Amino acid sequence: MKVLVPVKRVIDYNVKVRVKSDGTGVDLNNVKMAINPFDEIAVEEAVRLKEAGTATEVVVVSIGPKASQEVLRTALAVGADRAIHIESDTDLEPLAVAKCLKHIVDDEQPQLVICGKQAIDDDSNQTGQMLAALLGWPQGAFASEVTPEGNAIKVTREIDGGLETLQLNLPAVVTSDLRLNEPRYASLPNIMKAKKKPLDSKPVADLGIDVAPRLKAVNFAPPAARKGGIKVGNVAELIDKLRQEARVI
Amino acid sequence: MMKTLVIAEHDNQQLNAVTLNVVNAATRLKGEIDILVAGQGCAEVAQQAAAVAGVTRVLLAEADHYAGQLAEELALLVVETVQQGGYQAVVSPSSSFGKNLTPRVAALLDVAQVSDVVEIKAVGSYVRPIYAGNVMLTVESAEPVQVLTVRPTAFDAVAQDGRAEVASVAAAARAGVSALVGRELSKSDRPELGAAEVVVSGGRGLGNGDNYRQVLEPLADRLGAALGASRAAVDAGFVPNDYQVGQTGKIVAPQLYVAVGISGAIQHLAGMSDSKIIVAINKDPDAPIFQIADYGLEADLFEAVPELTQQLG
Repeated sequence: MKVLVPVKRVIDYNVKVRVKSDGTGVDLNNVKMAINPFDEIAVEEAVRLKEAGTATEVVVVSIGPKASQEVLRTALAVGADRAIHIESDTDLEPLAVAKCLKHIVDDEQPQLVICGKQAIDDDSNQTGQMLAALLGWPQGAFASEVTPEGNAIKVTREIDGGLETLQLNLPAVVTSDLRLNEPRYASLPNIMKAKKKPLDSKPVADLGIDVAPRLKAVNFAPPAARKGGIKVGNVAELIDKLRQEARVI
Repeated sequence: MMKTLVIAEHDNQQLNAVTLNVVNAATRLKGEIDILVAGQGCAEVAQQAAAVAGVTRVLLAEADHYAGQLAEELALLVVETVQQGGYQAVVSPSSSFGKNLTPRVAALLDVAQVSDVVEIKAVGSYVRPIYAGNVMLTVESAEPVQVLTVRPTAFDAVAQDGRAEVASVAAAARAGVSALVGRELSKSDRPELGAAEVVVSGGRGLGNGDNYRQVLEPLADRLGAALGASRAAVDAGFVPNDYQVGQTGKIVAPQLYVAVGISGAIQHLAGMSDSKIIVAINKDPDAPIFQIADYGLEADLFEAVPELTQQLG
């Protein structure tokens, strides 16, 4: 079966985020960008399905500025076969992304779409579920284990308080949680090889989908700063503070 | 008048307490609040929902295909309920249940969803954390149906002295594309992590899972606390993933949060920095956790924590 994996270029996991002083956004100038960590896990899972002989082809897709091609190359370097870039210079909301992805699914006819569960920039956690809804497909959100079984797929999901296992008819959408797998590093020869793998790019306008924003970002602000407290010298002092000053025990 | 539909989270027996926080959030939208209880054999849950203060009507939909709380099935029902009932808002918790279901509803309604709302300024004006809580975004929505998930810890629970009417509603057609195979829930006598008054949380500094249990469990017992962990401790296999506190785990805001052997990565702070009092025990004087802790104890946790447990005795 063909597996489609959407990936997003986001601010690197380790970068300290700064809000622009006028509150209009986050300062992304000269900031290190990378593939969204959950999407990296999704790519890894797809590649493992291919290595296991279940998946026949792994196609990765990214919607974003020209620089998004970098994260597509990253995905190609760890084993994806082919990449599609939908160029958009403005940030699209999850619903618009889901609509674009539906368009690509209609073209490509994959049996399985594996998304990251959330992008670490806007933390929406919506796109995979929205795509599944638009397609009328079942969804296995926050997956920690994926086992294909003929025309279905068994997905173990991380839920509050434990795990849940679902059986989904194929085609289906799965979104990856942290423990689905540990992504590999791309080797240098594979990074070189990835440069020769096919990457198609077209402007988002070619899809003929209304991607106009529905929401208006009014203000970006740093969270209210938490005042640092004090250091205590020993356990007895700590207990005394918790009892007498904070009164929480 | 604004009509809001709150989606009840439950297990067919018990209304999940987060629903009380969600209803409080829904009251900020003004207008009338109905709760949808969808399940199988869940009439008792509907009665509990009817007692939630501020609720006008409980809509009870029972069918076999709602027993497993599958998103594919519930989404069709919610959409039908919204369209037939003329609701202008759908509100659910940003728990794993709400995060799974709600975007499916929004997409079928063709409206944008606002996730993990921590403040409702007015209908269509919300504040939500982005970038792991490093940025608070104020966002406006003019969508005809406001679809929100709200962070339960950001809203107090409402009382349970209400007397709403319970009305049965017909089930929607069955999607029939998915099935629940089973659930494995961690069994614990401790309070639930998301709702606990005290949380004792451990990080990589504990070294391994045995140490985690030997050092932290007696303290948690003494304090009647829930146990949590940093992502590093989960990744290292000390504890299961549902212990995880942080951007990609649970968001907690207890009265007292005790961080043991946790350095304080921003992704962890995103999950606990709204706690009332934070205690950090760490031997590294430069650990970032000390910058936000009310009380920092720079010490070897393997000595300090047992001592703390003993002296609390």
